[in-house]
Formats: sequence, C-alpha cells, structure tokens
Amino acid sequence: MQTGDLSIILPEIVLSVFAMAGLIAGAYGGRDRLGPAMIWTTSALFAALAAWIGLQGAGTATAFGEMFTDDAFARFAKVTILLSAAAVLLMGKGYMARCDLIRFEYPLLIALAAVGMMVMVSASDLMALYMGLELQSLSLYVIAALRRDSVRSTEAGLKYFVLGALSSGLLLFGASLVYGFAGTTGFAGIFEAVQGRAPVGLLIGLSLVIAGLAFKISAAPFHMWTPDVYEGAPTSVTAFFATAPKIAAMALLARVVYGAFGGIVGDWQQILAALSVASMFLGAVAAIGQRNIKRLMAYSSIAHMGFALMGLAAGTVAGVEAMLIYLVIYVTMNVGAFAFILSMERDGAPVVEISALSLYSRRSPTRALAMLVLLFSLAGVPPLVGFFAKYSVLLAAVEAGLVWLAVLGVIASVIGAFYYIRIVYIMYFGDEESELDAGGSTVLASFLVVSAALMLFGLWNLAGIEGPAAAAASTLVR
Amino acid sequence: MPLHPALDPQYFLLGHCALESRHAACCASRSTLTKVGPGCRDGASTAIHSEVALEDLLREYLPILVFLVIATGLGLVLILAAVVLAPSDADPEKLSAYECGFNAFDDARMKFDVRFYLVSILFIIFDLEIAFLFPWAVAFGDLGDAAFWSMMVFLVVLTVGFAYEWKKGAMDWE
Repeated sequence: MQTGDLSIILPEIVLSVFAMAGLIAGAYGGRDRLGPAMIWTTSALFAALAAWIGLQGAGTATAFGEMFTDDAFARFAKVTILLSAAAVLLMGKGYMARCDLIRFEYPLLIALAAVGMMVMVSASDLMALYMGLELQSLSLYVIAALRRDSVRSTEAGLKYFVLGALSSGLLLFGASLVYGFAGTTGFAGIFEAVQGRAPVGLLIGLSLVIAGLAFKISAAPFHMWTPDVYEGAPTSVTAFFATAPKIAAMALLARVVYGAFGGIVGDWQQILAALSVASMFLGAVAAIGQRNIKRLMAYSSIAHMGFALMGLAAGTVAGVEAMLIYLVIYVTMNVGAFAFILSMERDGAPVVEISALSLYSRRSPTRALAMLVLLFSLAGVPPLVGFFAKYSVLLAAVEAGLVWLAVLGVIASVIGAFYYIRIVYIMYFGDEESELDAGGSTVLASFLVVSAALMLFGLWNLAGIEGPAAAAASTLVR
Repeated sequence: MPLHPALDPQYFLLGHCALESRHAACCASRSTLTKVGPGCRDGASTAIHSEVALEDLLREYLPILVFLVIATGLGLVLILAAVVLAPSDADPEKLSAYECGFNAFDDARMKFDVRFYLVSILFIIFDLEIAFLFPWAVAFGDLGDAAFWSMMVFLVVLTVGFAYEWKKGAMDWE
C-alpha cells in the first residue's frame, strides 16, 4: 500500500477510528452515561486535529491517484470546520443534557460528519467529492431527527433527508454528464479537457452539480428545507448546521468551480451570481416576518451564503480570499449568536420566540450587549468585523467588474439590517419585562462574550486570518 | 483503462480528445460529431473500423442472448406446466397473502410495523457488501496487497456497525 497516501489522510483516519472505537465502547460499555465524556473527548480531538493540521507546513500533496488533495486551501477549511465543530459541540452540551438528548452517538455522528467534511474540502475527484458529501449528509440527517419523540424534529430529519437525497440525485446526474463529456472524473483532467468553450452537455452537467451543491449551502432557490430543519432540529444541532457544514459545502463548491471548471469561468460565474442575488434578497426579505429566532437565523444564513457566493462569483483570487474570510467571520458570529439562543430559557425550558427577548437588557445587561454587538456585526454595521467581511466580498465583486452585483448586495444588506436591528430594539426598548432566566451556563456566556469581543477587537488584522486565507486562495485558483 | 474500440470514437468524443489532446488533428475536429476516430483517420476507414469492431462487440454478447432465450423459455415452460399439470383447488385461505405479507390490492395508507423496515435496511447493508465483494473476488488474482487490505478494512468497518446494531438490539424482534 502507498504509505505516503495514508500519511496524507492520517487526520481523517484518526477521526474515523475514534468514531468507530467510540461506537463500540458506547454499545458494549457505558451506553449513554458515556455521553458527556464522549462530547468532551470529541471536542478535544477536534481541537487537537485542528492544531495538527494548522501547524503542518506549506505545500501540496495528493493521495490515491489525485483523488484527495491536501493543500493550503483544504487545511484552511479543515481548521475552520474542526474548530467551529468543537465549539458548537461544547456549547450544546448543557442544552442536550436538559432535553435529555445526550446519547453517546451524538458526538460520534458529529465526528463522522466532520470526517465527511474533511474529505469534501480535500476532494479533487467527483467520486471523492460524492463520498465525502454523503458521509456528511447521512450523519446530519440522523442528528436532525435526534429528538425522536418530537414531531418537529422527525419532520426536520425527514424533510432534510428527502431534499438531500434529491440534491444528491441532481449532483450525481450532473457528475455523470461531466464524466461523459470530459472523459474523466478527476478535477485536474476535467480542467485540462474543458478550456474556453464547453459543449452544451457539459454545461448542463456543471449546472446540475452546482444546483446539487447549492442545496447543501442552502442558497436560494434551493433553500426551502432550511427554515423547517433549523426550526425542528434541537437548537444545538441547528447551531452545528449553521456553521461547519456551510464552510465545507462552500469550500467544496469553490474547489469544483476553480479546480475542475477553472477554464470556463464565464459560464459558472453567471450561475453563481444569480444564486447569490436570489439568496441575498430572499434571506433579507423573508426573515422580516419571522417570530421564531431559529427560523430567523435560517434566513440569515441564506442571506450570508449569498454574500459568500458573491466572492466566489468574482472568479478571482481576491474573490476566493474574500469568500474564505467571509466564511470564518460568519462562523464566528454564528457561534456567538447560537450561544445566546441556547441560553434563552424560561424556568429551565428553552424559548425561541423573539418577543420573549423584550427588555432583556434589564435582565441581563452583559449578554444583551454582547448580542447587540453580534447582531450589528451580522447586519454589517461599519465599525464591526462583520462589515469588513461584507466589504471584502463587495470589493472583490467590483474589482472583477461585477458592479451590478455589488450594488444589489449593498441594497440587500440594507434590507437585511432591519431584522437584526429589530431584535436589538426589542431587547432594549421592548414593551414588557422579559421573563427569561437571567442566569445560565458560564460556557455559553463565555462563547458569547468571546465571539462578540472578536467582532470588536478583531479589527486590526481580522485576527490574523488574512494571510492564511490569501495563501489558501492562491493555491486554489490556477 | 482503454475503452472498447467500438465505443471509443462515437461516444466519448470530447473525452477521447482530452486524452489525446496532443493530436492537433483530433482537437481540430472536436466540434464535429462525425468522422472522429482514433488518431483522426479519414471517414471511410473509420466506418470500416467501426463495423468490424461492432461485430466483435456483438459477438461478445452472444452468450447473454443465449442465456436470455433459455431463461425466457424455461420460465414460460414452468408457468405453463403449473397451469396445465397442477391440480387447481382454490379456497380463500390459499388465495390470501401469508401472515407477514400484505394484500397486493389494498389501501396504501395502512400501519405496518417499523421493524419490517429496520430488517430490510439491515439487509440492504449486507446485500451491498456482497455487491462489493463479488467484483473484488473475481478480480482478486490481478490485484495487489492494497486491494486485499482495503477490503479487510472495509469488512472491519462493517463489522463494527454489525456489532453495534446487535448490541443495540436491532435484531431482536421483541
């Protein structure tokens, strides 16, 4: 066997072996009593793997006949995925314990999903792409339906599964067309075969592949599962859905369009620009009427994916760099926002109505202030880091000559600011005193405060992510 | 892996060109759907080449044709034999479905035990395992150590799942 190949995918192997060992230990050993310990172990392993991958030297290596690529881009995405997954797993522990949902399978399914995501961002072949995507999706379907006795949660799992299967079908159909016309499934081979003008069949294949991936990042018009799944799934699972899988799917999309179809930028650019505009406006407009904060975050994530797609649609190195920076900032904000949502409780029971936040600032001034910072940052209000995320993608779009796209982005951003600021208004100038519990776990509070602090103090150099993001972008774009 | 000569020119137009993109002539004719052969020979020789290759291809499928004819024939003979030879003495019990089955023509909206579903899911996993094992076993002689150990790893992974489902009680009916 090619030991070199195995050493390249060693982080994935370690995580898979851990998941299987945990499965056996859980089934034959302590059962669900092991749950909390398993959550801690999995988080610690995620963090350790992130450090390991992050500290690996520069350079590009491929394994298994160029099916799997380990380059700066993959490492950047993997570190972000693993760190956000570790954070969300720790954050959700208290919530899961209160809802009596701590099963030992939960952290293991997240670990398997993480393996899938790591394969996705490293995939340089349509086969590896699909394998990673399905490993991730199948794990996510199960954890969406984790609360088996709740109709909402089961509905979320079922809806996610059916639409996810449909999107996989589209993706596979597209992949088969691409293979038929390019004669290979490897991205490098497709890149060589498709230069300049592409045959119509291949363009149909490309569109179907992008449509299948758009389902996974919940870009409009392929977003319809998102609000229901976000609402129905347990909140800690929703927090996970809104973070790591988005980065993985977005990074995968970037890898496909640049790695395989980098020769026909003009052809996919229009598709991505259309997806971007639709997502930004749908996310901004549809969120206005929401009363449930989880549904609101679902529309918010749709809008944010629209902005990230704008960076991708630019079709330049600067665009990919802007997209990566945008994703990292988006994930940091979402971790904080979901730490806040997870701590919303009345008499120990979770609350998701936005109206329950009325005058929350009197009850818990620090949390309200931290959430205010995060909401302004999500809206993209200038002094905060969230603004620079939007600014970088808008700049990339303008530099690529897509001024109309940037203008539409600014308009959508202004519309979207309304619903974020409405929550701030309710928290500070509501009608009646909030009845939410003032206390809460210190874990959630610290995640919330750290995330908000990053949005304030990350201004100098965006916490140093710019350099790695630039290196990652330049390895991807040829 | 080289494509079958009969399949190559007609169906893998762009792919063929991609593989042989050093042949300038081949790439020049990329836009036309006809007259593309290996190394871009002229149209006539390509046609002859294809005809011969097509016959070869069809000859390879002859055993399958024979098999299909025998299968259809045998099936028909068995069904007709049952009609002609078997004593027909129907009563309601004999005509009804077995206890674990469903009526073929019935309302689709009915309750059925989720355990059927679980059993069939578990069955499919091991059915697929066989689907992977067969081609591996057939080609085993030509494969190296890597193939052997890959399959062993695959089987270990499946066994982990099997041990888990057993311990979780997925196989207990009650």
